[in-house]
Amino acid sequence: MNLQHEIRGQWTLGLLGILLLSTLIISVGVGPMSLSMSESLQVAIARLGLNELSVPQHVVMVVESIRMPRTILGMLVGAALAVSGAAIQGLFRNPLADPGLIGVSGGAAFAAVASIVLGGSVLKPLHDLLGIYSLPMMAFLGGFITTLLVAWIANSRFGTSITTMLLAGIAINIVTGSGIGIFTYMADDAMLRTLTFWQMGSLGGATWDNVTAAATMIAVAVVLILRYAKSLNALLLGESEARHLGVDVSRIKVRVVLLSALAVGAAVSVSGMIGFVGLVVPHIVRMSLGPDHRYLLPASALLGALFLLLADMLSRIVIAPAELPIGLITAIIGGPFFIGLIILQARKGGL
Amino acid sequence: MSFSVSHLSLSVGRKTLLNNVDFSISPGELVVVLGPNGAGKSSLLKVMSGEYSFYEGDLQLNGARYSRLPIGDIARMVGVLPQSSQLVFPFSVSEVVMLGRLPHSSGRARDVEIVKQVIDKVDMTHLMDASYPSLSGGEKQRVQLARVLAQIWERSVFGPRYLLLDEPTSALDVAHQQLTLQLARELTEQGIGVMAILHDLNLAAQYGDRIVMLQQGEIAAQGAVEEVLAPELIRQLFSIDVSIMPHPTSQRPMVVML
Repeated sequence: MNLQHEIRGQWTLGLLGILLLSTLIISVGVGPMSLSMSESLQVAIARLGLNELSVPQHVVMVVESIRMPRTILGMLVGAALAVSGAAIQGLFRNPLADPGLIGVSGGAAFAAVASIVLGGSVLKPLHDLLGIYSLPMMAFLGGFITTLLVAWIANSRFGTSITTMLLAGIAINIVTGSGIGIFTYMADDAMLRTLTFWQMGSLGGATWDNVTAAATMIAVAVVLILRYAKSLNALLLGESEARHLGVDVSRIKVRVVLLSALAVGAAVSVSGMIGFVGLVVPHIVRMSLGPDHRYLLPASALLGALFLLLADMLSRIVIAPAELPIGLITAIIGGPFFIGLIILQARKGGL
Repeated sequence: MSFSVSHLSLSVGRKTLLNNVDFSISPGELVVVLGPNGAGKSSLLKVMSGEYSFYEGDLQLNGARYSRLPIGDIARMVGVLPQSSQLVFPFSVSEVVMLGRLPHSSGRARDVEIVKQVIDKVDMTHLMDASYPSLSGGEKQRVQLARVLAQIWERSVFGPRYLLLDEPTSALDVAHQQLTLQLARELTEQGIGVMAILHDLNLAAQYGDRIVMLQQGEIAAQGAVEEVLAPELIRQLFSIDVSIMPHPTSQRPMVVML
């Protein structure tokens, strides 16, 4: 019976949890100022009120104001991207789908770039109003509006066409791409630096403030997506089949797309464009656990968090004391992986 | 109690797919829908399975207006077997069949028991742990049938159950075509109403209680098998010449192409 894959699913979830926890502790120690595991742990133990603080004050500073928010942000962003990827792939019944593919990331990126370049002129009132939240809010709104646009284009009286949705995503990516190009042309030198940094993705801007904002949005989205695991399983059979099994397909589709946009928008707004996490992570999980979303979604969240922590540690080590943008690292890993996937699928008989 | 539609009309753009069709399935009967390509058979099944909401007419399920029923309640009364499946993700056979238990909350142990029973019914026990995408077309069709059986396997508190089969035998070898329709017959004995779209006139003659003939979106004829399977009508609908003779053992009508 299928109890076998369920037992394996539970073991894998436990194992990933332990791995993530240990990577978290290591990650706090890695950087220009190297800290030992015991130093990191001592700060944590002291903060929990279990012991007297026994490490120098500057170590506490580094751990608490720089490493911890950055590590937590990395986990959140990784989990958000991986879970949205897995959910959107289930919804579209295509393992190649990705938040980037249906235009969510493109829309978020376009709005963020607009916010950076036009922040001093046209969008100044908005900036004055929202302050440091204007960039994340714009990114989320951009992702959200493009998602609605794609959904609207793809909807007809016959239901939602997956093909139309993907084509709309491609078209929107072209438009947002050229929009970003135009803004880049308009930008001055200082803006350009922010733009590049942001387009390549980084966790370097982590503060407790933006971690809190992103954490709330991402946690809500991920927890709610997890509730649709069984419905997503039925959707893999096809939309009609899912409806015949009592799944309210239109409602689930709208909700999963919106929640994914929320998670991706929140992630993009605090870390920039970090690609391929949503593609690579769910695929690896599916290879070992199968497509059952009851295990795929939580395992993707854990592995996504783990994957991004590892990538971020690499980005801090490779050209230390300088930092490599983390988006470059995920792209270097993800790009060839994506090509491999396409070749495999084409060999198996079409996408 | 029945599953019926009256004065059903359906058009897309200017094209009329169904025109003033009255159709019903009673509990315990096997209704076969026949007709040439494009006659509106699949459109009728899609209206009955809730796929299209833009039809005109009155669709009633066990005495309630279909459009007013919660989708979860419908799923406990009506199972639908699609013509082909789009599943490409590597679920195992038993996982696919288990999805048929989604509308129910009968408990894990009971679900597992039912899944085993229906997999055995469609003769797939030896491939229970196989990966679905690796199966042949006919095997996939049988797994989908098992999934739908799991869905309507137990009596429902909502009333009689119905099974809609859209060309259930299209991908099957001769033996499994017979097996599928024998299964459908068994289900009628438990009070399940079955609608089957078929192309094989002899399968229809052998297993149907009633035949509905569609032509260009209208009902050309309906009634008992012996009444509907007449050479004249078949020539009119399919443009072929046939002779009807009694089946050597069952004495049911048998259609011979001339």
